[in-house]
Amino acid sequence: MINQLSWKVGGQQGEGIESTGEIFSIALNRLGYYLYGYRHFSSRIKGGHTNNKIRVSTTQVRSISDDLDILVAFDQETIDVNYRELNEHGIIMADARFGPKSPEDSKAALYAVPFTEIATELGTSLMKNMVAIGATSAVLDLDINVFEEVVQEIFGRKGQQVVEKNMEAIKTGYEYMKEKLGGSIETMQLEKADGQKRLFMIGNDAIALGALAGGCRFMAAYPITPASEIMEYLIKKLPALGGSVIQTEDEIAAVTMAIGANYGGVRALTASAGPGLSLKMEAIGLSGITETPLVIIDTQRGGPSTGLPTKQEQSDLMAMIYGTHGEIPKIVMAPSTVQEAFYDTAEAFNLAEEYQCPVIVLTDLQLSLGKQTVEPLEFDKVEIRRGKLQTGELPEIEGKGYFKRYEVTEDGVSPRVIPGMKNGIHHVTGVEHEETGKPSESAANRIAQMDKRFRKVSNIKFNTPVYKNAPHEEADLLIVGFNSTRGAIEEAIGRLEKDGLKVNHAHVRLIHPFPVDDILPLVKSAKKIAVVENNATGQLANIMKMNVGHAEKIYKLLKYDGNPFLPHEIHSKCKELF
Amino acid sequence: MATFKDFRNSVKPNWCPGCGDFSVQAAIQRAAANVGLQPENLAVISGIGCSGRISGYINSYGFHGIHGRSLPIAQGVKMANRDLTVIASGGDGDGFAIGMGHTIHAIRRNINVTYIVMDNQIYGLTKGQTSPRSAAGFKTKSTPMGSVEQAISPMEMALTAGATFVAQSFSTDLKDLTALIEAGIKHEGFSLINVFSPCVTYNKVNTYDWFKENLTKLSDIEGYDSSSRETAMQTLMKHNSLVTGLIYQDTERKSYQQLISGYSETPLAQADLTLDQQYFDKLVTEFI
Repeated sequence: MINQLSWKVGGQQGEGIESTGEIFSIALNRLGYYLYGYRHFSSRIKGGHTNNKIRVSTTQVRSISDDLDILVAFDQETIDVNYRELNEHGIIMADARFGPKSPEDSKAALYAVPFTEIATELGTSLMKNMVAIGATSAVLDLDINVFEEVVQEIFGRKGQQVVEKNMEAIKTGYEYMKEKLGGSIETMQLEKADGQKRLFMIGNDAIALGALAGGCRFMAAYPITPASEIMEYLIKKLPALGGSVIQTEDEIAAVTMAIGANYGGVRALTASAGPGLSLKMEAIGLSGITETPLVIIDTQRGGPSTGLPTKQEQSDLMAMIYGTHGEIPKIVMAPSTVQEAFYDTAEAFNLAEEYQCPVIVLTDLQLSLGKQTVEPLEFDKVEIRRGKLQTGELPEIEGKGYFKRYEVTEDGVSPRVIPGMKNGIHHVTGVEHEETGKPSESAANRIAQMDKRFRKVSNIKFNTPVYKNAPHEEADLLIVGFNSTRGAIEEAIGRLEKDGLKVNHAHVRLIHPFPVDDILPLVKSAKKIAVVENNATGQLANIMKMNVGHAEKIYKLLKYDGNPFLPHEIHSKCKELF
Repeated sequence: MATFKDFRNSVKPNWCPGCGDFSVQAAIQRAAANVGLQPENLAVISGIGCSGRISGYINSYGFHGIHGRSLPIAQGVKMANRDLTVIASGGDGDGFAIGMGHTIHAIRRNINVTYIVMDNQIYGLTKGQTSPRSAAGFKTKSTPMGSVEQAISPMEMALTAGATFVAQSFSTDLKDLTALIEAGIKHEGFSLINVFSPCVTYNKVNTYDWFKENLTKLSDIEGYDSSSRETAMQTLMKHNSLVTGLIYQDTERKSYQQLISGYSETPLAQADLTLDQQYFDKLVTEFI
């Protein structure tokens, strides 16, 4: 019996590869297994190799695995591209239709299974994916009834006959493979899961849900990979709450509309990826200088320009911290798990209103799109805090005086009113301005307003700015990362500890302002520091050096080929440091 | 009842003496009072350029944003608070050059915002460069040999983009302009009002006298029917777009906010931000 295995299905885009993975994993999730999926896909609709790798485990997993147990191939390319991942017990089940060939150096057993033929006999070749799910169930000795509920949900609206045909396809695939194997494969028997029903979602789902829980009632956005799911979810859900989503004409309209809506008094969101963020930069500065709350999601993907639009990268870090000309206070958060993505998005709306500045929630493609099992989201942990937003009646202002919307205060945060409030009239402008918002070029005022704006975030209150797993007072190694690398780092640490190294882990959740006090003790008490990140220049490592020093013992552990880190890569590169 | 004086503030505009924008400012103040607004119920959202400063010269809520983006900001404000009267404004460079994409899409989206363009056919604040409204052959600092590009026709463009309210005026016609702004504010949907607002410093061609000589009032055209898009387009083409008055209005088409489903009848800005636990649980269950 094993406690985890990895299954991958691959073929041409548009062949139903994604839905095959979806049906397989939803069913296993409902049995109580923990899943972690990663889709390899291209920026096109039909054609091109695509695959969906799914890790199944009896305990929480947050990384794709180093190896592979089962490869389901709908074309030869899938075999050729992926067979090297297969481990010593690994098998390939390939559609007999294309006459699959085993590469010369492949040690994996290859089973040609008539996926298409069986499906066609049952009515339509489209069901070949179902046959493959059935065959997989035979290998794993899964009860195929577990798929019935999911098939019903997905195909139910097409009629009972379609449901029955699809179940028949699963059953026939199952029986075919059972007969071929003369049973199931012993090395692939998963331990029974606990039967708990847990959430199964992508990071973008959690972000969208976090936005709803956090009081977001308006979104303006432009479609882009890998952010569009956030908009699509809110389009479905916001109308029921009286809210709305506008798909704008471009990225600049999206961010400025969100700024207008926030100024108007509603909690508003925009979400995009690298190219969109580049376009939004001027407006982010407007939010900064006008102190208009703004929440922006940046789902990082391979850059620059169009870059690798469907691949993993973490290279927007510096742009998010420093982007926009001039200097503004800004908050940049980086959740590392789906749960954190939920809580952090909800919290972003509080911070945006409390500090009256742009808040960027940074994710990456792997976190945004990787579908995984998630422990319950605790709704009662979500608070709504609106900072110095004025409610109720405002005192009358003498003459035609304006409300001091930019009053210089001790904490830098000024009272905020929204249009429509009597006695609250003031001016808002991206031009430097004095306390009532009227333009001012006076040197003294410039200093007063700049200092006021930066004072706001100098003492930011942020719950858990760094996720720490630091059991060692003195560590050989501190591994630092952000966003989706957390799972791979955790697994690598497990192996490094077995090798006899003392390893602490810090995952930065508040990127900016950088949580120096939180991380410095860990840096000081480690002999070496490895900063793990999916970019070519070591942006987080450089930010660390700038903020906490100790450049002499900070090492960059980088990967920028478009793929997520695997645990063994982090493990072996860290070992090289000793 | 507020009067137009209530919409005045203490800020002295930094426009050149004689600038057409003064009259536009006065017309907005008068129209706001005439339709019965209180200063706090008006939000003026402006772009960048000489005319973009207008939001700071009116006693109302005002947002002076970034170049070319007054319209998306204004639409966001209106979506957040449907009870506010929202006026977007700026110059021809703001609306028809850098912000042209937003102009066309605001027109077709038809959110209830009134957009007033102060059209002087030149870039004033940057001291005299060509604008997309400058006529071919127009000599400026950036076109010393004369512009070789064609001027765009915003009124014709608005009609083809599906506008429901298109009007044009001349800044000296304070009474007509005020009436058009009132009609624009009352119009349920997006209203575009292009105002010829001469730049006395940098545009020595399209002067007050030039407009007086070349403009035709639609009210002087017998039987002009502003409910006919065809008539509107033909008239614009015939007069090289140099007409003033209400060019076209579609009173039938519903605004964006009337068409979308579920949108709150009360301003979103007053929405209860908390979800109830049961509703949240229902949302979460969809992911199991």
